Amino acid sequence: MIVELGHFALALALALALAQSIIPFIGARSNDVALMRVARPSAITQFLLVAFSYGALTYAHIVSDFSLVNVIENSHSMKPFIYKISGVWGNHEGSMLLWVLVLSFCGALVALFSATMSDKLRADALSVQGLISAAFLLFILLTSNPFARISPAPWEGRDLNPILQDPGLAIHPPLLYLGYVGFSIVFSFAAAALISGRIDAAWARVVRPWTLLAWIALTLGIAMGSYWAYYTLGWGGFWFWDPVENASLMPWLAGTALLHSAAVMEKREALKIWTLFLSILAFSLSLLGTFLVRSGVLTSVHSFASDPERGVFILAILIFFIGGALALFALRAGALPVGGLFAPISREGALVINNLLLSVICATVVIGTLYPLALEALTGEKISVGAPFFNGVLMPIALPLALLMPIGQMLPWKRGDLSAALTRLRVAFLIGVMALAVFFASYGAPYLSVITASIAIYLIVGGLSDLFQRITFRNSGPSAILMRLSHVPLSALGASIAHAGVGVTLLGLAATGWGVESVIAMAPLKAYEVGPYQLMIEEITPRQGPNYSEIYAQMSVQKQGVTLGRIEPAKRFYQTRKMARSEAGILTIGLGQIYAAVGESHPDGTLDARLYYKPLVTLIWIGALIMAFGGACSLADRRLRIGVARRSIALRGGEAAT
Amino acid sequence: MRRLYQLALGVFLVFSASASFAVTPDEMLSDPKLEMRARTIAAQLRCLVCQNQSIDDSDASLARDLRVLVREKLNEGLSDAQVLDYIHARYGDFVLLRPPVKLGTFLLWASPALALIGGGGAVWWNLRRRRVALSVGATLTEEERRQLSALGAKGWSQDQSPSAD
Repeated sequence: MIVELGHFALALALALALAQSIIPFIGARSNDVALMRVARPSAITQFLLVAFSYGALTYAHIVSDFSLVNVIENSHSMKPFIYKISGVWGNHEGSMLLWVLVLSFCGALVALFSATMSDKLRADALSVQGLISAAFLLFILLTSNPFARISPAPWEGRDLNPILQDPGLAIHPPLLYLGYVGFSIVFSFAAAALISGRIDAAWARVVRPWTLLAWIALTLGIAMGSYWAYYTLGWGGFWFWDPVENASLMPWLAGTALLHSAAVMEKREALKIWTLFLSILAFSLSLLGTFLVRSGVLTSVHSFASDPERGVFILAILIFFIGGALALFALRAGALPVGGLFAPISREGALVINNLLLSVICATVVIGTLYPLALEALTGEKISVGAPFFNGVLMPIALPLALLMPIGQMLPWKRGDLSAALTRLRVAFLIGVMALAVFFASYGAPYLSVITASIAIYLIVGGLSDLFQRITFRNSGPSAILMRLSHVPLSALGASIAHAGVGVTLLGLAATGWGVESVIAMAPLKAYEVGPYQLMIEEITPRQGPNYSEIYAQMSVQKQGVTLGRIEPAKRFYQTRKMARSEAGILTIGLGQIYAAVGESHPDGTLDARLYYKPLVTLIWIGALIMAFGGACSLADRRLRIGVARRSIALRGGEAAT
Repeated sequence: MRRLYQLALGVFLVFSASASFAVTPDEMLSDPKLEMRARTIAAQLRCLVCQNQSIDDSDASLARDLRVLVREKLNEGLSDAQVLDYIHARYGDFVLLRPPVKLGTFLLWASPALALIGGGGAVWWNLRRRRVALSVGATLTEEERRQLSALGAKGWSQDQSPSAD
């Protein structure tokens, strides 16, 4: 019964989403406040309905209701409880429902936290948001119903894919979706601005918190997924330039560009049209990513063509929203007033360069991802575009961008002095060059790692230089420094921290070149050298888990006879799906990690193992956390809080009236 | 992350079924230098039955066959480029993770440069337009002009505007 109610709630949500997209829109055109105000309650109710529906599906998974096809295919009565919950989104239907849940959640957030926004802007934005919801709800109900029943119901389910039975999966998709779908709000506001033909700094102030929120979630989501791959896949890789990964990177790049151009627009009223374009682009790329992953077009162009129902549906949604928004943009953007002026050497100029380089990187990722699909569809020719292409092509763009980041921070708005900015960065340059010497002396090769690591150090120091100089202005005591620190605008603090975070990640990436790898058949009770450490198998033992059995090797990690810790790499076998999966053993030592994965065991008692020492590897993800923290600082800036934005609009209105 | 994504989003692939264990000790070469070269080559070759996985990372049996083949060829004394050419000739463009530069892939390889030139051109054009607007806004009055020439600035004429910088 609960399941049927969940299904029904989804249908109701669709009806409500349609109403939400039509009624407030008509109200905004005819200046009917009553009609415009339909938007808020319908957005909130729509979220509650989708949440109920999602709850119903979760309930079915928890109680192992095997009359549901979705539960049979992705669950098992013996599956651990947490994976019964996370397994809800570990499949096509459930993950689409999560997508819509997050989408309606975002709509509800706008409805709740827009008390101070103008009725018209809110009505238009929520009406676009409602239209997106309606499209995806229709998609679920018509092609991907998670509530389909089957009779007779089997006694047992087929279990969730073992590779998804991991705590990482419990966090990764919701974060990623919050990022993806968070950009839908920005998209809706952009569409609303284009519909009404009004856009100003106040608009940027309304939109920037949502951009930040989506960006933070996407940053954390990508980092989480990357760490998950790192410890689950068993060879310590963390990024593969796979189309599905690129699908999440594309909106992140566009979103990063958007954050920066929105800053220009908010401060200086410049780059309005470009900011609008990026607002549309960020969500368009999220939709493109959804299409790539959901339609099956990646597995094979042919499988897409032979079972096109879902793919074509999403493609239609994609074309409707991207095409519609771009058409609106083409019609209206020309009529928007040109914003503030600035000299090429200025903060604005630097942010334009930032946007240019980020856009080039983004375009390259998009083209590299779609090219093989397009080429095969057009000529039948099959090519592969993999890591060697992306690394080779993007490095020459990304490294100069990293070099320019601190310089941009040092330039003042409107018109700047390049030599003054460079002078303020002399400490960062000096430390960067010293780092180059130190890394070269201690590691030598590979050169790319040495250079990248030095740029990373420069980026960390340079990113924090602005902050440091702000608070230590003229020699003064610690109390004065603390006082100044408390007066630094949080958005400037956030920018410094986030830029330093990019440097930290870059350092972690550079250090991968200094890792040590050893692939060997390990004999028990014999120590093997891995970098500065020795690994020894103490014991190989079988163990029984709830829905798997495993053989794990207890290994000790030693340095000069001192045991630093023990790891337990294992090889698991999941009975129901007859699938094996390796469970890496990881010991974090300082910022580096010892990483071990085990494979086949041999009759002579040896065990195949891959042993790694990865210096500074944790910095890759720590950097992402720092970036997200910087974003959170910026989000907390009082100028960006929605209420404050409104008060300043009110103030402007007052000024205009006098 | 790739796996998670594919699977979380429902694209279930057969190859992801087994535990990832790519290169195994028994197939490795005893000469560490040669083995190092084999690993570098393997990282550039695609496992043909997998999705965007190099043969070095894949545990599919076909990937294993290719790894062994690469090592055989290295043992025969072929250079890295020769081994790559040999595999390329046998398996086609699809096996190379770095696509070859040719007519069909020209746009792909040119895309970053084209994007940079196109985007850079658009930025330059826009900045120039702004600068013109800026200088028009900064036109001096007749009085200021007279004062300026009195101060010794030469060459200012009625129809010339000072540039923005």
